[in-house]
Amino acid sequence: MSGHETYQPQNAFMKWMERRLPIAGLIYSSFIVYPTPRNLNYWWTFGGILTFMLAVQIVTGIVLAMHYTPHVDFAFNSVELIMRDVNYGWLLRYVHANGAAMFFLAAYIHMFRGMYYGSYKEPREILWILGVILLLLMIATGFMGYVLPWGQMSFWAATVITNLFSAIPGVGEAIVTWLWGGYAVGNPTLQRFYSLHYLLPFVIAGVVVLHIWALHVVGQNNPTGIDPKSERDTVSFTPYATIKDAFMLVCFCIVYAWFVFYMPNYLGHADNYIPANPAVTPMHIVPEWYYLPFYAILRAIPNKLMGVAALGASIAILAFLPWLDTSRVRSANYRPLYKQVFWIFVAVCIGLGWLGAKPAEGGYVIAARILTFYYFFHFLVILPVLGWVERTKPLPNSISESILTPARSGSGTGTVT
Amino acid sequence: MLRSILAAVLAVSLAGAAAAQEHADHSTPQPPRQKWSFAGPFGKYDRAQIQRGFQVYKEVCSTCHGLNLLSFRHLSGLGYSDAQVTQIASDWLFKVQDGPNDQGEMFERAARPADRFPQPWPNENAARVRYNAVPPDMSVIAKARTYERGLPWFIIDIFTQFQEQGVDYITALMTGYEDKPPAGVTLPQGLMYNKYFPGGAIAMPSPLTDGRVTYSDGSPQTVAQYSKDVSAFLMWAAEPHMETRKRIGFQVMVFLIIFAGLMYFTKKRVWSAVH
Amino acid sequence: MTVISADPTRRDFLFIATGAVGAVGAAAALVPLIAQMNPDASTIAAGAPIEIDLGPIAEGQVIKVFWRGKPIFISHRTKKEIEAARSVQLASLPDPEADDKRVKKGHDQWLVLIGICTHLGCIPIAHQGNYDGYFCPCHGSQYDTSGRIRQGPAPKNLPLPPYKFLSDSKIRIGEEDASPAAHA
Repeated sequence: MSGHETYQPQNAFMKWMERRLPIAGLIYSSFIVYPTPRNLNYWWTFGGILTFMLAVQIVTGIVLAMHYTPHVDFAFNSVELIMRDVNYGWLLRYVHANGAAMFFLAAYIHMFRGMYYGSYKEPREILWILGVILLLLMIATGFMGYVLPWGQMSFWAATVITNLFSAIPGVGEAIVTWLWGGYAVGNPTLQRFYSLHYLLPFVIAGVVVLHIWALHVVGQNNPTGIDPKSERDTVSFTPYATIKDAFMLVCFCIVYAWFVFYMPNYLGHADNYIPANPAVTPMHIVPEWYYLPFYAILRAIPNKLMGVAALGASIAILAFLPWLDTSRVRSANYRPLYKQVFWIFVAVCIGLGWLGAKPAEGGYVIAARILTFYYFFHFLVILPVLGWVERTKPLPNSISESILTPARSGSGTGTVT
Repeated sequence: MLRSILAAVLAVSLAGAAAAQEHADHSTPQPPRQKWSFAGPFGKYDRAQIQRGFQVYKEVCSTCHGLNLLSFRHLSGLGYSDAQVTQIASDWLFKVQDGPNDQGEMFERAARPADRFPQPWPNENAARVRYNAVPPDMSVIAKARTYERGLPWFIIDIFTQFQEQGVDYITALMTGYEDKPPAGVTLPQGLMYNKYFPGGAIAMPSPLTDGRVTYSDGSPQTVAQYSKDVSAFLMWAAEPHMETRKRIGFQVMVFLIIFAGLMYFTKKRVWSAVH
Repeated sequence: MTVISADPTRRDFLFIATGAVGAVGAAAALVPLIAQMNPDASTIAAGAPIEIDLGPIAEGQVIKVFWRGKPIFISHRTKKEIEAARSVQLASLPDPEADDKRVKKGHDQWLVLIGICTHLGCIPIAHQGNYDGYFCPCHGSQYDTSGRIRQGPAPKNLPLPPYKFLSDSKIRIGEEDASPAAHA
């Protein structure tokens, strides 16, 4: 991707600045002339949407922190104070609470896009692993944020999730006491969760910088999965990618606003409007929807330690995806079998999510076991084997050629003329 | 092949679901759907209705159930004038504890608009002794109660914006008392049977009877009407900014759709050079 | 320059020693940062033993008291419940433990448990489930009248708090007799 012009400072001040801190040049080369494949579709806009969501969460979070009180006696009431008395408090809180859900929605679309087009494959392994780390940080941040309103679900989610660590043989109990800062979930727990919930988004922002850095080293993948070969294959980031991202972002905001303004509590749980009560466990403890597939995996396994291990493995296995997928072809557009396997995997994840919301009894448990088995089977057996046995379609010679003669999907021998 | 496997995944889930459904069905009926003036994207509270609902709360519920997250001043949202709010506060059944005074003693005084609604009992244990259970606070109860909608309704609800489960449930609960539990259900001592209450055994006796509250606007003085009115009031108590929210929401939607349209054509113009 | 390179062993030792001292310093600085998260002095003090009068607990009744923020179930078991707990084949249990090891000698009717499900820490409900013991609403674990796990995902029996009998109708939770201790 040679040949794009470098930054030329226009005036004396910028020239002076550029010799001392070349930040304008960095922005120019990273976000203006940066070459981006010309065939990117709208699934590629979710990286930008995620950056926007992180900014929304940090900004609304900081202003909510100005009104919130992290103490077991006042937390629930201070959230209600925000909802009733703080100017636009109801808006800020609903934007923040639903923002978490939208953040995860965008993250999952972003991940599935990466899986479909093989964006994790050589040389993008580190880029992908940084993404998995971001997912872990998001999970931790979202969980701790959910505890802060100190409703029944907050309290019991904190209890159930911290108790996962008690499954560790030998030191488990000591670790849990250390996490709690007491003999049960209590005020010390709430206060440290608040502190960490404030900190972690900035850690996420830091890893996002690494994630974008790694992206700019290896370049973006694209729907064909083949590397850009000439300048005809790319367009400059601005205005082409910028305007496309911005359009999709506004569309995404329509969905977001639908929830914030019209159904702000739909994605939440009614029990969290009951103040935390350590003496009463709610009948169905259900996490937020974005944790449900993992929760289903946890509950599918009858053994406690193995259940926790499976939960951890279901996320950790994502980091090994670049090596578990043995196919050399990146994009599912040229992998007829993988394309089907991919959609089955999506269906399994959604199925697990649905089962995670159901009580752990009877047929639900059996279904969850089958789908949990398939989840790991997908990564550990199907993907490695598929790389060996699959007959992939011939790849186009270049991105620009693929635009002129789009590969036909579906079965049969796809020939490229 | 894809379709058949997807179908298999679906079948596995549904078979599991069906099996579990049989197992889990405790025959608590779903509350019937009511019509609410505040439902939908342009919904507004019916001021006369929520004032009647407040009257029911004041004359019936408030002896046991607190409204501790609200202050009297919030009642202006029901359409009361400042003078009326001050009057309601000072006439309230329970007094506010204040102090210490110059002698260093705590004292009770009539409530003022800035005060929170005083609790009807000194603490939870006292309430449990008195009522056999702790009467839950009513401030956000309309959002704290729900029932499961199940597949496919929970997906359809996103598009229809149905979110009145809480008020439907409360209305149903007020009218769901039965003198005798159905065969096979034994009630623990001191509990009542209510078919909409999960498990059926509820500590609260049926609170409403026809004619118990005298309406001044000629609305029917029936349990059905009281139930609907007090539910509407509780929705307002839980979500006092709902009207503002929906109004701003409409403005935001119009803005975003116009913006998205402009953005789309700008995008087309920019990209026309490439294609 | 020649002086340093003339004696490689001494130079290596100096580098290693400097690095090691630095590492020790960094590790020592971590100690307070990690230790501050453990229960503080006031929390530990609030966790002191409590005394419970058993007199008012009727036969067949289970009461719940809090100690260290944990619910403690005190069950006054009926003859039937004790028999049910004793007549079980130990080998058939997921976590085999005899009922007489879970109560204090001579006080068979008093079962004192930490009412926290050993699965993920929810509070089970007394007198429910297939074994008429304790049923956890979170993930369906079922315990018998001795608080032993019988069915469901929980791996262990409900734990026993440290406690001792001060008299026939009074116990002290938080202190153990010299007699064989149950695991907590």
